[in-house]
Amino acid sequence: MSQDIYVVIEHLRGQVADISYTMLAGARELSPAAGGKVVAVLLGHNAKDLAKDFAADQVLYLDHAALAEFTSDAYQLALADLIGKDQPRAILFGNTSIGADVASVLSMRLGLPLVNSCRSFTSNAKFISQICGGKIMAEGELPSPTALVTMVPGGYSPDQGRSVDSPPIAESAVPALEALRVTLSKYIEPESADVDISKEPLLIAVGRGIQNQDNIELADALAQAIGGVVCASRPVIDQGWLSTSRLVGKSGKQVKPKVYFAMGISGAPEHVEAITQSGTIIAVNTDPKAPIFDIAKYGVQMDLFELVEVLTGQLKAKV
Amino acid sequence: MNIVVLIKLVPDLVEELTIDSGGAGLDLTFARWIINEFDDHALEQGILLKERHGGTVTVVAPDLEGADDVLFTAAAKDADRLIKVKGDFTMANNHALARAFSAIIKDLQADLILTGVQAHNDLDGSAGPLLAECLQLPYVGYVSGVAVNDGKSTIRKEYPGGLLAEMEVALPTVLGIQAAEQPPRYVAVSKVRQAMKTSSIEELDASDLNPDGAAEIGRMFQPEAAAHAEMIEGSPEEVSAKLVGLFKELGVL
Ligand SMILES: Cc1cc2nc3c(=O)[nH]c(=O)nc-3n(C[C@H](O)[C@H](O)[C@H](O)COP(=O)(O)OP(=O)(O)OC[C@H]3O[C@@H](n4cnc5c(N)ncnc54)[C@H](O)[C@@H]3O)c2cc1C
Ligand SMILES: Nc1ncnc2c1ncn2[C@@H]1O[C@H](COP(=O)(O)O)[C@@H](O)[C@H]1O
Repeated sequence: MSQDIYVVIEHLRGQVADISYTMLAGARELSPAAGGKVVAVLLGHNAKDLAKDFAADQVLYLDHAALAEFTSDAYQLALADLIGKDQPRAILFGNTSIGADVASVLSMRLGLPLVNSCRSFTSNAKFISQICGGKIMAEGELPSPTALVTMVPGGYSPDQGRSVDSPPIAESAVPALEALRVTLSKYIEPESADVDISKEPLLIAVGRGIQNQDNIELADALAQAIGGVVCASRPVIDQGWLSTSRLVGKSGKQVKPKVYFAMGISGAPEHVEAITQSGTIIAVNTDPKAPIFDIAKYGVQMDLFELVEVLTGQLKAKV
Repeated sequence: MNIVVLIKLVPDLVEELTIDSGGAGLDLTFARWIINEFDDHALEQGILLKERHGGTVTVVAPDLEGADDVLFTAAAKDADRLIKVKGDFTMANNHALARAFSAIIKDLQADLILTGVQAHNDLDGSAGPLLAECLQLPYVGYVSGVAVNDGKSTIRKEYPGGLLAEMEVALPTVLGIQAAEQPPRYVAVSKVRQAMKTSSIEELDASDLNPDGAAEIGRMFQPEAAAHAEMIEGSPEEVSAKLVGLFKELGVL
């Protein structure tokens, strides 16, 4: 048993994900109160080099061919073994396509309590989680003696989890990874896109408030009049109204335009995490309490359908 | 093929959320319970697989206000069996839900158990992976495509930026569905009404709702925004004129 804070590093095809650094930053906040070290746990194959810039006191490296790429089964087995042996104070996972496949399973398997969607820790070792689409925060004592935690971005900047000094690395034993029920066949690259929304200076973003496919034309017309590019939140993409390459958010692209003009988007955390690097966010929404207004610089509380054609008309007249 | 779709009902976020007098939970007295958005995708994926491969779709939902609507709507979409799990689920967490559902699902001889990838009130983890472990089955989440052949499933798992991983998963398995291969179908109210007459809901008792595995909440609060947007007021014409000025100022016009 130890008071160490373990951080399960997420990486994909040789690239460490930002959430890993965010979690290292969170662990650094938590470790003084816990009285232990920050330990980065890296699972991979010939992947030691990935640990170079971790802001950790130590790296535990688990090397195995079956860990070369993420699969839920192999990660679960390897981590169940490690956590069972070491019993650290807490283990942090990303609330992501990787971490979410593992943390809940380990909670049941090991009988350890789980805190989901943690955004930050307080200096006296409380967790603060973000639920209900960002509308509710839940705070509590980090459960003892060993807590599993999944983390969402927003509470710490990834840069806080990067270091110029390389941390010491120790190899850790990997249990037998046999009879795996999940195997990776291949990666499928994103469809090639006509535009790269992550590089566009002006984005016209539409959300569920646009109501139907035909109305996408209204956004197109506005984008044309001002010289911007249309992008969207997940519900619009899932309906097939725009191609996946236009998706902004956790499962889509991170964007950083000069201006992000959002219409009919509520501002759910999975959307917001990808637009905070924007220069100026302007939001149009009928709901004065929409969370998007908390991160937008300018807001318009109005039915987008009352505004969009008038605005397009005025822009056309100007240009 | 036996496909089981697990539905989790959640408080509708469109309604005002209030914190109860204890300060550590939501006041759910007047909550409107709706189907978790991603569970709707799980149901759609289940129906699509049934259309492709035959078999049955069984839908399991907890006994909360609105469960009957959700179940009959599923029947109208061609689900075969409707099961309502009785018990006080109002404050039940996902650990409790998973344990109760696993006891019931064990008897259904499912090949494939589909559930939404997550719900907005998953404070103690998501129902899908918790259930998978109760049933000792594999789990993969963030799934947006499922094909079944030769006793295996081939799934597509989403990573950020539109990258997909194709994975083989042994059956039976639990999958957390992020998006069905096509948008959830719409059924007319008349079809739902018809389903109410022609199909029936089986009621099964939940074993005890054991919540172990969650952290205790000290308090809940509504986040105080660090800032709020400067609101632009006026008629559509006035607002447009101000926006045009703003676009110029910001150098995008
Ligand atoms: C694992 C995971 C990954 C996800 N990844 C992403 C992602 O990459 N990107 C993403 O966007 N989402 C993602 N989501 C979904 C996310 O949780 C939200 O469901 C989604 O962002 C909501 O989209 P929205 O704001 O368009 O819709 P809603 O939340 O339904 O909001 C619609 C808004 O439109 C407003 N509105 C309605 N009518 C009008 C009108 N006439 N005029 C003006 N305003 C109007 C409403 O007031 C409301 O605020 C993900 C979810 C999960 C679980
Ligand atoms: N082998 C597969 N595994 C998982 N999903 C698939 C597979 N093949 C097709 N799909 C899904 O079926 C839909 C149609 O795919 P396609 O036939 O490739 O156009 C897509 O949305 C995919 O997600």
